[in-house]
Amino acid sequence: MSEKMQKPSSVPGGKKSLPVGHYRGLGAWTIIFFIFLYLPIVVLIFYSFNANRMVMNWGGFGFDWYLKAFQNDDIQNAVWNSLIVATVATIFATAIATIGALVLARGGNFRGKTVSLGLITLPLMVPEIVTAVAVLIFFSAIGMNWGLVNVIIAHITFCIPFAFMPIRARLEGMDTSLEQAARDLYASEWETFRYVTAPLLMPGIVAGAMLAFVISMDDFIITLMVGGAGSTTLPVYIYSMIRRGLTPEINAVSTVLLLVSIAIVTAYWVVSKKTQTTTAH
Amino acid sequence: MSDWLPRSAAGRRWLGLAPSYFIIGIFMLVPMIIMGVFSFLEPNPYGGVRPVGSLAAYIKLFFEYDLEDNLVFNPGYINIIFRSFQLSFGATLLCLVFGFPVAYYITLQPEHRRNFYIYLITIPFWTNLLIRTFAWIIILGRGGVIETPLLAAGIIEDSLRMMYTDGAIAIGLTYSYLPLMVLPIYASLEKLDFRLLEAASDLYANRFEVMTKVVIPLCKPGIIAGCILVFIPCLGAFIAPNLLGGGKKLMLGSLVQFQFASARNWPFGAALSMLLLSAVVITLIFYARAAKNRAAMEGSA
Repeated sequence: MSEKMQKPSSVPGGKKSLPVGHYRGLGAWTIIFFIFLYLPIVVLIFYSFNANRMVMNWGGFGFDWYLKAFQNDDIQNAVWNSLIVATVATIFATAIATIGALVLARGGNFRGKTVSLGLITLPLMVPEIVTAVAVLIFFSAIGMNWGLVNVIIAHITFCIPFAFMPIRARLEGMDTSLEQAARDLYASEWETFRYVTAPLLMPGIVAGAMLAFVISMDDFIITLMVGGAGSTTLPVYIYSMIRRGLTPEINAVSTVLLLVSIAIVTAYWVVSKKTQTTTAH
Repeated sequence: MSDWLPRSAAGRRWLGLAPSYFIIGIFMLVPMIIMGVFSFLEPNPYGGVRPVGSLAAYIKLFFEYDLEDNLVFNPGYINIIFRSFQLSFGATLLCLVFGFPVAYYITLQPEHRRNFYIYLITIPFWTNLLIRTFAWIIILGRGGVIETPLLAAGIIEDSLRMMYTDGAIAIGLTYSYLPLMVLPIYASLEKLDFRLLEAASDLYANRFEVMTKVVIPLCKPGIIAGCILVFIPCLGAFIAPNLLGGGKKLMLGSLVQFQFASARNWPFGAALSMLLLSAVVITLIFYARAAKNRAAMEGSA
């Protein structure tokens, strides 16, 4: 830290002085930061092409482990479970978050607004392990043991705030005069919503759904605790593979999951960037 | 079309919020209350609880029974709790030291490049944490990415034994939550008026003073928010201590999981969760107070 906080060196013959607020070494520090952030991802992908049976012994380049992973029935099952859970959880969480956001962003100030906001964002505040334990205890206390349904319900719960945030942000950034104009031109409430609010809100809903989907696909600890034997999702399966011993098959499966997440988040980024530019005009 | 909706504004409001209240209330709030109740019950040896009131779970935090059935102080769990706080605090500090200059550097960039940097920082955050932590085993482990070249070059002769240490857990935690530190700091730095830095400099503040007396005080809300966002998930972390600590160096989160998966002492697990939850609540109250004080100070200034 200390080396970048040099005093201005306007002394003749010294290094050329930087403008105020600029510090030497910041760029290099940032590069190290990004290497740290991306090194594990690069290493993981690199070793997925390892032909050797042991992850850490490099045995040449090969796609063997991808083929093995795709032929593994357990992995296929886990992928299906993950997709089912994430899809259903995303649909419900996005729908619930959308009407919640409409009320909180368009309903004016009302009693209980802060409490409602707190409740919807509660899953973000509570540590995941606590949520996991609480939901596990709850399902066992009421004797509900419906396998994947339990997992889906838990996922809907913690996906709601992730879907909620971009939708609410979009609603608050939207120009209400268009909705007022529609009402002035004798559009019914439903027509106003259907032909004005909903199309304008769509990018926010899509963004919220994407985040919810990624969060659900990636969840591990809550699914591990809540899910029973038949409801193994991909992250839970990867965990059991790691515990059994490290083979590049883990890397191959992980790389695929990683790339799916990156693709969705990149799509989200592009969508939200486009909406920024369209709202600006 | 909208005839079925309630007429009054209040009715519509509550109809719109009802699903959120229903799902989060029933499947999050009620479970947490039941968890609190469970922590005061007796454990069933096969998992679950017996409906008999008991403080055993909380007593177990501090004491154990010796061979003659006397209560004796047992520092084992206290040590784990203390270690969790220590490691979480260390990881938060590392995130701050590592992340602050980066957030600052990004603020200095032109806008289109700033957005790209933020995108790069958020990407790892949205990818699977389990997988990314697993990658650290390949990096730190015996015969891994760091050791192999050092061994080959003859710089070290034996394994560095980096895995299954507190250091490995701290690296894992720092790595896991680093984006959560950078983003709020960046958000508050972005609003910083850089003319203030010029003004300070014109008034003979040196570079170090510009940083410590102008920049850092002005982005304090971002720094505090970042620290809390990192500290809370660190406390309850399960993946990093489990994979990088080898399950032997426990932290609160992994200790909780252990109670349900292997030890089958649900009340004790529930009591530990309550402890974790109260630590979070205390941290958030502290944060809300600080924010209120700041608002009051800005109001009076």
